[in-house]
Amino acid sequence: MANVDIHAHEEVHAHDHHEDHDHHGDKYQSNFITTYIFSQDHKMIAKQFLITGIFWAFIGAAMSIVFRLQLGFPEESMAWLKPILGKWIVLNDAGMGTLDPEFYYALVTMHGTILVFFVLTAGLSGTFSNLLIPLQIGARDMASPFLNMLSYWFFFLAGAIMFSSLFLSTGPFAGGWTAYPPLSALPQAMSGSGAGMTLFGVSLIFFVVSVLLGGMNYITTVLNLRTKGMTMWRMPLTIWAFLVTAILGLLSFPVLVSGILLLIFDRSMGTSFYLSEIFIQGSALDRVGGSPILFQHLFWFLGHPEVYIIIVPAFGLVSEVMSVHARKPIFGYKAMVYSILAIAFLSFIVWAHHMFMAGVNPFISNIFVLFTLIIAVPSAVKVFNWIGTLYGANIRFNTAMLFSIGFVSMFISGGLTGIFLGNSAIDIPLHDTYFVVAHFHIVMGIAAFFGMFCGIYHWFPLMFARYMNETLGKIHFWGTLIGAYAIFWPMHYIGMAGVPRRYYTFANFEAFNTFAPINMFISTAAIIVFGLQILFIINFFYSIFKGKVRTEKNPYGANTLEWTAPVHAGHGNWPGAIPHVHRWAYDYGKDGIEFIPQTVPLKEGEKDMGAH
Amino acid sequence: MGGLLIILSIILIFVVLVQIGRINEIAVGLRGKEQAQRQANNRNAVMGLVFMVAFLIFVIVSFFAFKDRMLGFGPHESASHHGGLIDGIFLTTLIITGIVFFITHILLFWYSYKYRGQKGRVAKYIPHDNRLELIWMVVPAIVMTFLVIGGLSVWNESMADVPDDMKHGLNEGEFLEIEATGFQFGWLLRYPGATDFKLGTRDFRNIKAGYNETGQVWTDEKNHDDFLADTLYLPKDHKIRIRIIGRDVLHNFYLPHFRVKMDAVPGMPTYFVFTPTKTTEEYRESLSGYPEWQAMADPSDPENKFKKWETFEYELACAELCGDGHFSMQKIVRVVEMDEFKKWYNSKKSFYSTEVNPPKETEVLSRETSLEEGHGGEEGTHTGEGHGEGSHNVEGHSTEESHSGDHTNGTHTSGGTTTHTEGTHTEETHSGGTHNAGKADGKEGTNAGKATTTEEGENKGKKGKIIKKIFNKGKKEKTGDH
Repeated sequence: MANVDIHAHEEVHAHDHHEDHDHHGDKYQSNFITTYIFSQDHKMIAKQFLITGIFWAFIGAAMSIVFRLQLGFPEESMAWLKPILGKWIVLNDAGMGTLDPEFYYALVTMHGTILVFFVLTAGLSGTFSNLLIPLQIGARDMASPFLNMLSYWFFFLAGAIMFSSLFLSTGPFAGGWTAYPPLSALPQAMSGSGAGMTLFGVSLIFFVVSVLLGGMNYITTVLNLRTKGMTMWRMPLTIWAFLVTAILGLLSFPVLVSGILLLIFDRSMGTSFYLSEIFIQGSALDRVGGSPILFQHLFWFLGHPEVYIIIVPAFGLVSEVMSVHARKPIFGYKAMVYSILAIAFLSFIVWAHHMFMAGVNPFISNIFVLFTLIIAVPSAVKVFNWIGTLYGANIRFNTAMLFSIGFVSMFISGGLTGIFLGNSAIDIPLHDTYFVVAHFHIVMGIAAFFGMFCGIYHWFPLMFARYMNETLGKIHFWGTLIGAYAIFWPMHYIGMAGVPRRYYTFANFEAFNTFAPINMFISTAAIIVFGLQILFIINFFYSIFKGKVRTEKNPYGANTLEWTAPVHAGHGNWPGAIPHVHRWAYDYGKDGIEFIPQTVPLKEGEKDMGAH
Repeated sequence: MGGLLIILSIILIFVVLVQIGRINEIAVGLRGKEQAQRQANNRNAVMGLVFMVAFLIFVIVSFFAFKDRMLGFGPHESASHHGGLIDGIFLTTLIITGIVFFITHILLFWYSYKYRGQKGRVAKYIPHDNRLELIWMVVPAIVMTFLVIGGLSVWNESMADVPDDMKHGLNEGEFLEIEATGFQFGWLLRYPGATDFKLGTRDFRNIKAGYNETGQVWTDEKNHDDFLADTLYLPKDHKIRIRIIGRDVLHNFYLPHFRVKMDAVPGMPTYFVFTPTKTTEEYRESLSGYPEWQAMADPSDPENKFKKWETFEYELACAELCGDGHFSMQKIVRVVEMDEFKKWYNSKKSFYSTEVNPPKETEVLSRETSLEEGHGGEEGTHTGEGHGEGSHNVEGHSTEESHSGDHTNGTHTSGGTTTHTEGTHTEETHSGGTHNAGKADGKEGTNAGKATTTEEGENKGKKGKIIKKIFNKGKKEKTGDH
């Protein structure tokens, strides 16, 4: 049976059930607005998340270029940015333009907030959870398409509020994306802590609503709407990753809301959850008894799982793409699942490793060091499994595969520096230096972006029925790989020299001001890498309209269900019956057959890897 | 015009790249998909290999190129006792992770190259190997165990507070507690006076901008000998306990050369205990052996004949975002031998004795001296407000009479707990500038309220004894941190 042509088999399968042809696409997609704007089709919502994410990534990256100009070329005039940044560029008599320090901090803050929440949370897990969960588990849509639609629009609203804060006369919030009080609680501490912080808080609360609506939907869909035969152990690793991500989000994001809510109380209702013994702007506040550290606990109880909310979907995407293009099953499927679960669990009990130097009892840190460094074990398992997947493979080098290999390289480089920072003793000199900047940008910034790019290049044909341009994609990959290391690798050295992060200028310190040439190098590399991302954006939008047309259902020879849907799948995904699943997702090269889709029944006596 | 040209050329670059992309796609169509994919496989696999070699070489070369600037390497060995331990565990971790980094990167790109897609190759079907999984789970776990144990022992030693039975003081086996208050945007450094070596209590409600910046409570006698300094002076090989205060928002007390870092939290004092092991002079000596420190300190100034290592200073920085001026919270830290430290320490006048409750006679003398030295104008500008506020803090503490009387005898009877050099009262009063630390301009002492203290002092209570003690420690303060 398995020796017959697989495509033929699928056709037969589909034709068998043509009578129960019940895709309900038409009712909900009758006009332009319900098709493209308030769409309830998970595929369209995925595209909305992706394109909004690209918009925010562009804004966030452009901000980083402005502050990198300040750091790399402090002597150069920025007067040419005056038309865009207006009063934030201060001109002196000679016409030399300098960036306002307050706006420098606003840029740093917004860059972090936008990238962490809007791009790497919504843009990454929002896009691919929406696109792949129903298609890969064999569901017609999410459990609640309506909530799914709301999830996007709450995200949009959060974004709109944050965007509007950029235009305030007092400037957007500028106290760092972590928004530590009292700086964020007291408008007199910084002008961005006025209206800017209010909008920042409101925006994040709406964002959490979006994440929760999405997350509940993802979990319900994965648990309840799997097609016949799709047991948990037959799910592709992408689905495992999205499921775990959604659970992480559901359990941790509400804590952020509580933290921000108390902050809003402190700001506007005269409470003092976070305030105590403060003398500011010439007067003593009469509110005492709070603790700024409480906020840090609440924030990092979200904040640490958050970095796994960012990276775990990338784990899933990379594992799936790597397996497909290596033409080989992912090495140690169950070990991969268990390591994701272990990392997710541990991510809830390590939050205080962001607070070793915050004034927390040093004894408590012992426990957090222990749990933090334990994460290295499941992470190592993942890395070795990816390398094991490549061993003995027959690798098809396309852009998606390149990005998955690049991801592993970034994850190794960034992960290993985590072993330094997770060890509280070494964190004493390194905390809040450029070493930390290098670490988290590589491991959750660049690595997560590589996972996202790997997913976009791979599933672009599924989303738009066209291919992205491979040549431009490869230029994008190699340029970004080299460029990203050029930006962030030298930051390790600056950090090891003790240079603190979030400094507008290093001129005031003899110990920190000797790195001008490296900073210039980093900024130049950043500008080039930014240009390469614009190339990606051009490629993306060009390919939507002009890319090579996809004609075949399953262009990569992949096993998962999304490639059994028609090229132009309507709402409901499969015109006929939903396909049934008979095996796990990774039968590549089994018994000499290049790939055996999940829809192909097991042979007599054949053992399924996904069976218990 | 130039800007337009730049924009046009950037657009042109993108257009060219897009055209290359399109042409290549057409070429793929002509060559056939299979062959094009094989060619791509070969090219990119080789690229990967080249990248790996270049990257690993870059890692090694760049590390050694920057080694001498990094803390813990080259000349930047730690200037504190616990810092050396931290550098040790750092190096251990660096070696272990370095090995893993090299092995995994070589495997990653070598396998990518070796198993690139080729005609006729079939991928091996290896779904899992539990033995291997076990190996790469257990080995990292063991390595991590060692790092955790090593790291935590260093951590607990670094963060250990002073023993309960340890005494405040400058003698062998005692420790000195200094208070550092972070504010927007600077640091206030308060030393306990030599009477008791204990910092007096503070209350944020007592803070008066430009006057009582740390909010000392004058009813606490321990405050009467406390003084503020503009430079963080530390004695070598003596245990230091820094009490870290955040006055408005979070700050972070950061001494890079000593591997000291701790947040300043409003409402909750934090502590860091450490022992400096190298004086500023010794550190300069160790820097002098490195070529980059032989450069001129200020190449733009031909008058400045100093080399970089000769002007080196330890620095105190803020490492927690605290507002617009976060990057500017700098203070000089100077480690000196104990003898020199005591000299400096005893030269400092307490704020209480000079501003809050100063002796009449001293005042007069002081003014004369100042005038002689040409400082008269400076003083005059700051009289008044500071003093007016100060006086109410110390109501009823001493009378001017007893004050000056004690003082006259005091200079030679020296009841202080530490050694002190002799000095005239006149100059010690002049040195009252210690309270200036909070001033934005960072200039030396303003001697606020000097002229008016004379009259005010007459209404003061009777705490002459304390004042006497303080005065006994007087000595000339001319050098130091001006």
